[in-house]
Amino acid sequence: MSRDGAAALLEVRVSHKDYLSAAGRPQRALENLAFSLPAGRAGALVGPSGCGKTTLLRIIAGLDTEFSGAVTLPADGRLGMVFQEPRLLPWRSVIDNLRIAAPQASEEALAALLAGLGLEEHARHFPGELSLGLARRVALARALAIGPDLLLLDEPFVSLDDALARDLRARIAALIDEKRVTTLIVTHDLREAIELADVIFLLSPRPSHVGATLDVTTPRKLMTKDAADALEAQARREIEAMRGR
Amino acid sequence: MIRLFSLLLLLALWQGAALFADPRRLPGPVPVFEAMAHEVESGALFTNLGATLARVVASFLLAMSLGAALGYAMGRRRALDRLFDPWLVILLNLPALVVIVLAYLWAGLTEAAAIGAVALNKLPNAIVVMREGARALDHELDEMAEVFRLRPAARLRHIVLPQLSPYIAAATRSGLSLVWKIVLVVELIGRSNGVGFEINMAFQLFDVRLLLAYAIPFVLLMLGVETLLVQPFERYVSRWRRRPARGQGLA
Repeated sequence: MSRDGAAALLEVRVSHKDYLSAAGRPQRALENLAFSLPAGRAGALVGPSGCGKTTLLRIIAGLDTEFSGAVTLPADGRLGMVFQEPRLLPWRSVIDNLRIAAPQASEEALAALLAGLGLEEHARHFPGELSLGLARRVALARALAIGPDLLLLDEPFVSLDDALARDLRARIAALIDEKRVTTLIVTHDLREAIELADVIFLLSPRPSHVGATLDVTTPRKLMTKDAADALEAQARREIEAMRGR
Repeated sequence: MIRLFSLLLLLALWQGAALFADPRRLPGPVPVFEAMAHEVESGALFTNLGATLARVVASFLLAMSLGAALGYAMGRRRALDRLFDPWLVILLNLPALVVIVLAYLWAGLTEAAAIGAVALNKLPNAIVVMREGARALDHELDEMAEVFRLRPAARLRHIVLPQLSPYIAAATRSGLSLVWKIVLVVELIGRSNGVGFEINMAFQLFDVRLLLAYAIPFVLLMLGVETLLVQPFERYVSRWRRRPARGQGLA
């Protein structure tokens, strides 16, 4: 799977994951789902809404342990997570939110991180004073502040308007290239995945498994519209094939 | 301003009523303040106020710390809640006087019995309020703390306590007024100093002046605690709530 033979940083093997529906019947969310992500790469999990993407991310983050299978991460690996809702501490200022999550980070490093995300003037503000776009950026800064071995992003652009989403996408792409942090993005938007990821895992409808893996060979900065269109067309064919099965 | 006017109006009403009443039954403000001055001079007022205040503080801290710990545990663990909820209902409905008399019978007329009895009266109320607070804790922030591996001390300080602080303030408010009323009863029954003891003396001597000379400074003291400690604490912990949103759009 890894083109350059780099060691896999993240290995996910979920043989199955069930949950109880509202009616009390067991439902299968994931089945025989497996993939691995090499160190320093950005992967994207793409699938229709309700296919269990967030469930899978919670399993990887260690928040959900009721599944059969295994998730392998480096021992003592640090996880930086950006949840769909920013989940900042509303009673602490932006800079304090970063300090609390990353007590070992230096003040200079935190200041640089905020500046890099265009947040320097908001350091003393409380999260309730920020718009959703800004709060997402703070959540991203917090995840990066701990110096993560693995960065997990859950639908980072959902409910942002186009301009804001484009802006945040460009910032994340730049950060992935600059810091070489292994990143896993969950999204329902194929185009987003093509822009950000080195490798795309297409998830099937429920019970979900990785139906196809696409390597994005063009580097992010050199991605042209034609290349992206070609990849998108290829991905759509794979998705059609999955549905037909 | 309006508060000051309201207090002056009350004082005027008192003076007016005293003009028409038997001075032994309802003395006016002037004789009461004279009696107060007399007690201040002899030093008895401060000794007794101090004794009562120390009992209020001790039993309040005991009840709040125990109540916060138990309430938190019951709010977080359903099994504990189900196990101890009936005890809580019994304790809530046990008359204060029963607890006080039992404490004195079992532990003698001691300071520990007095403070313990007052704390036990406040305890169920503190547990109920703190349990509500613990039930309302944000699960999403717990998950955030889990993923970011915050240390237990950091979780308590930055995640749990800020969410519980409105409940702590509410329990403090209702608790202080409850505790000081019960402290007076405990002193009346089984202590030889404090405001409650002096009120018992005043009752034996049918001395309404002395009674008011002790009751008024203590009410003022508790009002001072509320205005100067509890309210500023509430304002401080909720300072993040009040400001408007900033940076709409592409800031």
